[in-house]
Amino acid sequence: MKHLRIPKMHIQRRPNPSKTTQVVALALSLVFAFITIAILFFVLGVDPLFAFVRIFRGGFGSVYGLTETVSKAIPLMLAGIGLTIAFRARVYNIGAEGQLLIGAIVATGIALGFPDLPSTILLPAMFIGGFLGGAMWGIVPAILKTRLRVDEVLTSLMMVYIAIEAVNYLIYGPWKGPDESGFPYTSAFSPAGRIPRIGITRIHYPTVIIAILLAVLIYLIIERTRIGYEIRVTGENPEAARFAGMNYHKIVLLVMSISGGMAGLAGVGEVAGIHYRLRYPGGISPGYGFTAIIVAWLARLNPIASLVTAFLLGGLLVGGDAIQVALRLPAAIIQIFNGIILLFVIGGDVLTRYKLSVEA
Amino acid sequence: MWEFILLAISAAIPAGTPLLFGTLGEVYAERSGVLNLGVEGMMIMGAVTGFAVSLTTGNIFIGVLAAGAVGGLFSLIHAFASITLKVNQVVSGLALTMLGLGLSGMIGKQYVGIPLPVRLQSLYIPGLSDFPILGRLLFRYDPLVYIALLLVPLLWFILYHTRGGLTLRSVGENPASADALGVNVNLVRYLAVCFGGFMAGIGGSYLSVAYSPAWIEGMTAGSGWIVIALTIFSTWDPTRALIGAYLFGGVRVLQFRLQPLGISPNLLNMLPFILTILVLMISSAQAFRKRIGTPAALMQIYSREDR
Amino acid sequence: MNKAVGKQETVVVMRDIVKKFPGVIANAGVDLSVYKGEIHALLGENGAGKTTLMNILYGIYQQDEGKIWVNGESVAIKSPQDAIKLGIGMIHQHFRLVITHTVAENVILGLRDRLLFPARAAEKRIRDLSTRYGIKVDPNAYIWQLSAGEQQRVEILKALFRGARILILDEPTSMLTPQETEELLATLRQMTQEGYTIIFITHKLDEVIEFSDRVTVLRQGKVVSTLETSRSNPGELAKLMVGREVIFRVKKKEMHRGDVVLEIKNLSTLGDKLMPAVKNVSLSVYAGETLGIAGVAGNGQRELVEAVTGLRPVIEGRIILKGTDITRASPRKRIDLGLGSVPGERMIGLVPNMTVADNLILKSYLRPEFNKSLFMDQRSIREHVDRLIQEYSILTPSRETPVKLLSGGNIQRVLLARELSDSPPVLIATHPTSGLDVGAIEYIWDLLIKERDAGRAILLISEDLEEIMALSDRIAVMFEGEVVGIVKPQETTPEQIGLLMAGGNPGSSGDVQ
Repeated sequence: MKHLRIPKMHIQRRPNPSKTTQVVALALSLVFAFITIAILFFVLGVDPLFAFVRIFRGGFGSVYGLTETVSKAIPLMLAGIGLTIAFRARVYNIGAEGQLLIGAIVATGIALGFPDLPSTILLPAMFIGGFLGGAMWGIVPAILKTRLRVDEVLTSLMMVYIAIEAVNYLIYGPWKGPDESGFPYTSAFSPAGRIPRIGITRIHYPTVIIAILLAVLIYLIIERTRIGYEIRVTGENPEAARFAGMNYHKIVLLVMSISGGMAGLAGVGEVAGIHYRLRYPGGISPGYGFTAIIVAWLARLNPIASLVTAFLLGGLLVGGDAIQVALRLPAAIIQIFNGIILLFVIGGDVLTRYKLSVEA
Repeated sequence: MWEFILLAISAAIPAGTPLLFGTLGEVYAERSGVLNLGVEGMMIMGAVTGFAVSLTTGNIFIGVLAAGAVGGLFSLIHAFASITLKVNQVVSGLALTMLGLGLSGMIGKQYVGIPLPVRLQSLYIPGLSDFPILGRLLFRYDPLVYIALLLVPLLWFILYHTRGGLTLRSVGENPASADALGVNVNLVRYLAVCFGGFMAGIGGSYLSVAYSPAWIEGMTAGSGWIVIALTIFSTWDPTRALIGAYLFGGVRVLQFRLQPLGISPNLLNMLPFILTILVLMISSAQAFRKRIGTPAALMQIYSREDR
Repeated sequence: MNKAVGKQETVVVMRDIVKKFPGVIANAGVDLSVYKGEIHALLGENGAGKTTLMNILYGIYQQDEGKIWVNGESVAIKSPQDAIKLGIGMIHQHFRLVITHTVAENVILGLRDRLLFPARAAEKRIRDLSTRYGIKVDPNAYIWQLSAGEQQRVEILKALFRGARILILDEPTSMLTPQETEELLATLRQMTQEGYTIIFITHKLDEVIEFSDRVTVLRQGKVVSTLETSRSNPGELAKLMVGREVIFRVKKKEMHRGDVVLEIKNLSTLGDKLMPAVKNVSLSVYAGETLGIAGVAGNGQRELVEAVTGLRPVIEGRIILKGTDITRASPRKRIDLGLGSVPGERMIGLVPNMTVADNLILKSYLRPEFNKSLFMDQRSIREHVDRLIQEYSILTPSRETPVKLLSGGNIQRVLLARELSDSPPVLIATHPTSGLDVGAIEYIWDLLIKERDAGRAILLISEDLEEIMALSDRIAVMFEGEVVGIVKPQETTPEQIGLLMAGGNPGSSGDVQ
């Protein structure tokens, strides 16, 4: 036991990293993340070069691929933008996936309940309902945190599992479509409950516009408004926020409901823009809510930058689908990308704040 | 009626065993001050390793040990990130879970649908095991159940009555004071996290080699998160981990028992997660009222030169 | 004075020690030699490099340059463990104790001789050591049950238990009452008789004179001088320490006491452990008056301030600010009614990663002129911030610099500027000068007196008796959560206050209004 030695690393604080250092570090972390993934693939018997080329071509190499990338980027944008505001307040909403599903459920309920309403009323009602549903799902952990001091990480996650089972319950039970030949789907939405797309692509463009507008809005809220100032102070130093008379409970409830609501919007987009019905949870979201965490973190918790990082990760999802088919790999493969990228991004963050030197 | 309760309890104990392994490990990790949200990832890595190695070697014990080793190695990623690089422990643990889910899916692809030819023999002591009620309740489980059970008093004793345990607790309460007395804080934390990974790996393998011998992608299905909740519920005490783990095992059994009564299986599947939230509510309120339990330095990064 | 000095056997030699931190050179070629059996003081202002030097000797830091000899042998001390092996023990200013564990558990932590912990044997050895050096402490008590003085004894026991022969004490008296200080001195004297060597770090001149055989004075990372204490005097030491003549004389005008502004009536509140921390405290603070609260750390001062500022719930009693009952009011309401507070731990009141500007508006960000529209008005914020930076001479590269990069003195100016910018009728100042150098202390004392003269009511909480005596018009002494006496500085002596701080009764307990 005594001769067990951990390599000695010295880490010194660098008081104020420049913007360039930060960008370089981010780029470097991504490069190293992909090198690590390549090594992992190699070990697992997958030709990394072949896989990467396929991923890139799949996600970004063709017009079709690009349109798919955009359509998968939409839920990532919405959920990711929402998470930036929660993470800025250092409130760890890990349950965006569940909030997304609840948004999908509420939108489906409205679409199936009022199929005859005109599109101009039905779609806004679905979006608002989905936002409120997601917000409600986000507020539960927030209330538990503020009232009973229950850590939000676990509760928001548990709410994901509950939401998954709620979707399953509905599609196998009361909402199961009579004409779906035994598949666990709801009936399809009436045309009024479908978000228009660009041509033959799956890009439901009104949702994109909503995402961009909300990114700007949330950026302005965080950086320019009184409440944004309170959010930033709370995230940096909750003690100081309390000391300055800020209401911590209010901030937690607010950011959890905004980020939950944003994830809910993502769910509305999926059922009303892509599938036109509620299906099994894995079909609606291949883990968008979790990938959105990486979107937010990669964007350094900047809502506008999240639009870009969502696009990158959207491409990765599409590319991941491509190699799943080409190499017959399981869907879980995308989680390898998620995990490794996230590890390297937070590791790279450290490099900007510290200088590292290794001593034998 | 007695028959039913008896059956339920004797089913709850194996169902709670993977949770018990995981929780005992996480209790030690958190006692050193490191929160590892990667339990789910470590458990699933253990599940796939345990299955694969048992299948190829034909020996379940080798499989289980390999699962522990892989869990331990896997946890080093989190240890390195959170202890050496001092990154955010929440995010790092989360990344570990994602990675574990992905890797296990890749590795396990070739094992989907293959039954495990070897089985873990349950204990059978002629006479004792046939004893009505008690025989069934006490003497009819597989060896891993008993190992987990024996670990409870052992780990409790180590934690509270040995130097090693004192060192571990001190590092989690006040690393600066341990450091000033020549304790290698980072080494202790590495070992504790690694032990947590080892136990999570074993817990995961219990699912794939003993509880339902097969590999299914994502088969841990949130057990890792329940482990983290149970760690809080246990107030970081191995003996209370036992109660929590078997309680959740009971819920799992209840799920199967209630299904024939016509309740939707999906709604029943929510039970463990709802119960987790309830447990968290109760233990958080309790911990706050009594101000006990939580290791004072949990999630605190320690750096000697930062003082 | 001490027989051992005659022999002049050196136990520790440090030569040309250099230690750099980002942006600071903490030690710039320091030489130190310590004789066996002496009490050696390391004197210097905050930031002079005393603690860094001792942390190097104890293996917490490694020197960038320079060599160390212990007992005549050249040594490399890479960790506290190495230091312990060389017979060096260190008692840090902030005790390194696990408060949820017992005395015995703390003492044996890190020892490696046996696997199980030998509770009996440890207890016996602790009792032996206790009786031998008059260090009274119960091995089975939990640390959180002990007073600061008792906790310090545990720290000393920890070092002795490990066979330390050279003991480093960092600011050992900062948490003690004058009486406890005397006891400590007696213990240390007893130890030097038996061949122990003591190095103690301090910035207090009277302690150097009273305690030490020799003293090494540090200034800005360099040794200014090493001399025998008996051949020096406080004036000379002060000059060496600061580099110029210092006369701490406070020009205080006659008090013009106005109306009661802040009234605390029979206040009780709980501490973090949910045990009573403030018990039935009644105080009135008048406009134009400074009310000092003296006491050893941990006697309820922090909880009292938190109750007044709204950060801690009140169990019983009332708090009245300018005629308004604020007992249950939110912190924001109290700020709006005119309660300013400079917190004891600087970083509690600040957001270290945010800019100077962001920190300067932390209390006033709700002002209408900053919030004319939906968005905050950047221009009027800039004007406000620039005015404060100028008015309080805050030395910062720009208003956009993260506040954590400023020096301690400037950080304190940021806090004071912010709290005074709303011109609150009441200012609570908690340890306003702790950890600051002489120049910064002078500035802050002047400022606080100016504010008092201008009619502000000031509630000053400090563990520094000199500061309390210099600034206060009345002094309330707290002991175990109670106000045990209120005295006037000109009618009392530090010793009498010290007695009150230790819970004793100085005879005249008549409260002064």
